[in-house]
Amino acid sequence: MEDKGATTWMPEALSTMAPEIDSLFYFVFWVSVIIFVAVMGAMAYFVIKYKRTHPNERTEHVEESKILETAWIVVPTILVMIVFTWGFQSFIKMSSAPPDSYEIVVRGSKWQWNFEYPNGAITVNELHVPVDQPIKLKMSSTDVLHSFFIPVFRVKHDVLPNRYTSVWFEATETGEYDVFCTEYCGSLHSGMLAKVFIKNQSDFNTWLDESAMGNLDEMPLPELGELLYQQQACGGCHSLDGSRVVGPSFQGLYGSNRVFEDGSSAVADDNYLRESILNPAARIVEGYINGMPPSYSGLSERELTALIAFIEAQQ
Amino acid sequence: MSQTASAVHHSPKENYLNHQKTVWSWMSTVDHKRIGVMYLVTLAVMFFIGGMLALLVRLELLTPGVTIMGPDTYNQVFTMHGIVMVFLFLVPSIPAILGNFVLPMHLGAIDVAFPRLNLASYYVYLAGGALVLFGLFAGEIDTGWTFYTPYSSSASSAVLFLTSAVFVAGFSSIFTGINFIVTIHKMRAPGLTWNRLSLFTWSIYATSIVQVLATPVIGITMVLLFFEKMLHIGIFDPALGGDPVLFQHFFWFYSHPAVYIMILPAFGVVSELIAPFCRQPISGYKFVALSSVAIAFLGFLVWGHHMFVSGQSVVSSVIFSLITYFIGIPTGVKVLNWVTTMYKGSIWLKTPFLYALSFLFLFTIGGLTGIMLGVLAIDIHLHDTYFVVSHFHYVMMGGTVVAAIGGLHYWWPKITGKMYDEVSAKIACGLIFVGFNLTFFPQLILGSQGMPRRYHDYVEAFAGLHMASTIGSWVLALGLFVVLGCFVHSLRRGKPAPSNPWGAATLEWTNATSPPSPHNFVTSPIVTHGPYDFDAVEEIFSGDGASGDGSVQMDQPPSVAPSSSAS
Repeated sequence: MEDKGATTWMPEALSTMAPEIDSLFYFVFWVSVIIFVAVMGAMAYFVIKYKRTHPNERTEHVEESKILETAWIVVPTILVMIVFTWGFQSFIKMSSAPPDSYEIVVRGSKWQWNFEYPNGAITVNELHVPVDQPIKLKMSSTDVLHSFFIPVFRVKHDVLPNRYTSVWFEATETGEYDVFCTEYCGSLHSGMLAKVFIKNQSDFNTWLDESAMGNLDEMPLPELGELLYQQQACGGCHSLDGSRVVGPSFQGLYGSNRVFEDGSSAVADDNYLRESILNPAARIVEGYINGMPPSYSGLSERELTALIAFIEAQQ
Repeated sequence: MSQTASAVHHSPKENYLNHQKTVWSWMSTVDHKRIGVMYLVTLAVMFFIGGMLALLVRLELLTPGVTIMGPDTYNQVFTMHGIVMVFLFLVPSIPAILGNFVLPMHLGAIDVAFPRLNLASYYVYLAGGALVLFGLFAGEIDTGWTFYTPYSSSASSAVLFLTSAVFVAGFSSIFTGINFIVTIHKMRAPGLTWNRLSLFTWSIYATSIVQVLATPVIGITMVLLFFEKMLHIGIFDPALGGDPVLFQHFFWFYSHPAVYIMILPAFGVVSELIAPFCRQPISGYKFVALSSVAIAFLGFLVWGHHMFVSGQSVVSSVIFSLITYFIGIPTGVKVLNWVTTMYKGSIWLKTPFLYALSFLFLFTIGGLTGIMLGVLAIDIHLHDTYFVVSHFHYVMMGGTVVAAIGGLHYWWPKITGKMYDEVSAKIACGLIFVGFNLTFFPQLILGSQGMPRRYHDYVEAFAGLHMASTIGSWVLALGLFVVLGCFVHSLRRGKPAPSNPWGAATLEWTNATSPPSPHNFVTSPIVTHGPYDFDAVEEIFSGDGASGDGSVQMDQPPSVAPSSSAS
């Protein structure tokens, strides 16, 4: 397997900035290792060499060495100034996106990532980017703080509800990698994952054209429902094949008898599903957590009906 | 004088533990030693609760997916672990237990300056602690110990209850801080100049300054949270026109100095552990003493290094990164001074010294990883990952907790009048060292590989290191239980302790019995030497040189003549 710059300490290095940051990391790492080994070595040596041999042992007065004291203030100061300057320069580069960057809008919300591309295409929990092209993500949150982290690009920034923040990167190789939320945001913080798909330019363009929104008003309801199922990442929690993920599977859900935490039960009909989408906490099926985002009330009436029609079709 | 002398050196019939026996005599005591013991028991309970919660966190992370609990429970458990450990254990820990017991004795004083305030601060702490625990268990709080808005303001009003409880506990810090500052200024024995203060005293002095100056800020922040919730004044909530990042500024303006409230006393303890077991004065005494005070003040100027990716301006980040290094240098030099102290020493490998060595190892890793995190460009990648989690556990647990346990072994004979079993204590020290590294070293790699913190679940690639870390936590816990067993055994079966089993040169050892009399000293000591002048053994111990300098066997009560300073 190709290592793509992956080392013991660092994951694959797939952005133009990543190798620079890794060099800095390993510089600090090796200087730290040398200092650590030297200090611990001296400590171990003193413990062995000056171990008390006799109860009456006396120590002699040791003059403090001014040269030594000056040296260990000056040398570390020089070292940290090197590291500071280096870190500062890279930080400035990481903070200024090239002007020709391709801009993608990112919205974080509990607990999913929405990506909106210049042509209006929207993806959920899947970020598609072209290789060898600076990408700038313009990010905001619809609720609490989140933080957008792509380890292989070495980029991270908090996503705030009241202003835009941004990161930029230029991918150097194609592939599929993890995106994490790193600012604690509640129940399913650890499930707020996405994937970044790095494609070559022509694949990206093809994908982008295919993903542009068609005329949704003319799409049959179950098909629109299926599209929403993918867009809203329902599949992250609700499977279509009967397997249990976080929430109940959609297979055979419609029309079945649901038993709730409080012991009551109901048949999963249209209105039950409607309630479960708009107000998931109202009735929790026994054995499941209250883990769904508080409401999908942003869906239009037609979209809601489409989604229920899609669920009904999963028998 | 001969009568006084014998009272000092043979097992005293009346001491601070047995001169009054009723429960009420303990509850209403204004004796700093008894208050220290009460803190010891209370904080041990808090540490036990926090530790159990930590074991639950690690157990859940043993395997990916749900191991023993769901995400909501997990979020509450790590929140409780953080809040209990930080606010109820680490912040009070060393000053409240060892500071209370040792500080007045290091000064040759009969008590702290305001003994009643000292007792009050204990009860304020107890009230705050009870409220916090109630809030945690009843309120199902899952905000993390940092209470970041707007997540915390959208959560239940239990958060408001809890933050006010934290503030109540904070008042205990302020009271203790004021008390210690005044005590150090006004209660020093004749001849105890600032240059003769023990380094423990210096570090407690620096800590107290931070406690008094920083703690009010968290109180003000909590008041602002109240205003926002009750009066709907937009301060932190963007929906009302507030700014969530402002909360982070306020929070870290307290919580970063609070890091120094937690670690500075540990520096002091380590100095006390290293000098007597090396029989050398701490190298660079003045530097070590004054750098604690310098760190205390600089500690107020680095809070922004918690916020490099928060959305604060790039210029602020650069400045905070720079000041972070300025505070790192004196800390690093302290470590070098401690190691140099061993040079040409006579190193006595007793348990307290093993803890000091353990501290040097773990704290150095904590410090070096801190330098790594201070580098702007690298912090972007490492921020909010397990690298950070591991870093602050190396500092807080590997530093503060290891120093506190070492200090507890060191002063145990003085506090209880009993020796502990050296072999089992050393085994415990070894288990803690191995368990700690097994738990937290894998987390450094997890973090730099990209594992975010506060995750209930994780991707398959991180499974191996997480499992190693969880197994390490069991070894660590075992070590801590052996410490507990060792102390319980000592209380029941321990041999009586001589007044100065380590041959140390500070006043609690040279001029007081084990355990001390209710008034500490028979006569007020007159100090004629520094705290670590082991090359002047005759003067300190005024004996034949073979006694009282730490060379006596444990089972022989030392026949030390009273210190020249006592006569």
